[in-house]
Amino acid sequence: MLNTVVLSAILIISAATIGLIYRVIKGPTTPDRVVALDAIGINLVAIVALISIALNTSAFVEVILLIGILAFIGTVAFSKYLEKGVIIENERDR
Amino acid sequence: MKTNDVILQTATKVVLFLIVLFSVYIFFAGHYTPGGGFVGGLLTSGAIILLLLAFDMKTVEKILPVNYMYMIAAGLLFAIGTGAGALLFNVPFLTHAFTDVDLPILGHLSLHTAALFDLGVFLVVVGVTMIIIKTIGEDD
Repeated sequence: MLNTVVLSAILIISAATIGLIYRVIKGPTTPDRVVALDAIGINLVAIVALISIALNTSAFVEVILLIGILAFIGTVAFSKYLEKGVIIENERDR
Repeated sequence: MKTNDVILQTATKVVLFLIVLFSVYIFFAGHYTPGGGFVGGLLTSGAIILLLLAFDMKTVEKILPVNYMYMIAAGLLFAIGTGAGALLFNVPFLTHAFTDVDLPILGHLSLHTAALFDLGVFLVVVGVTMIIIKTIGEDD
């Protein structure tokens, strides 16, 4: 019962990820692609969590938090590049 | 154009400590669960990179006045020190030892010299990552 639910959830999230990949490839502007990549990261968190339920292990719990942190830092870096043109400023103007 | 990053900076001030705490956890949990010095070091440098993204290079140098070259050297000294320390006890190079101790607050602990070797890996990984990022990032 639980296995069926987890498997169907993985399939549904995979279908959602395929839709997001379509947006990454097709997306007319760069911010579209960045948002789609961020959402793919969140879907990866969900897939890892469901797989760790299916494998009945807690060894992947760190991976979930790690993907969340890395997706956040990556998205912040991308959006700063899109807004300012530089990722790390030497001295901020204030 | 003057931009206002108040949301990013406030979120960074909260999230940064969570990332550092998680990296310290992953460093110490490396003996029994997935993790260790490499992932912990990368996550710590990720926290510093988030600080670099939210603020600028000069501010981060004021917050963390660390020479990362010395950090790499200290890490390599830790690694070779734990290796050479085994020679003092007439055992082969890099032989590790452990002991069980009962500390007043921390309770029953199993201390292992492999943790000191891992601390060397941690320091080297943080130093190398930050030197790469800062060398690419600065514009002279």
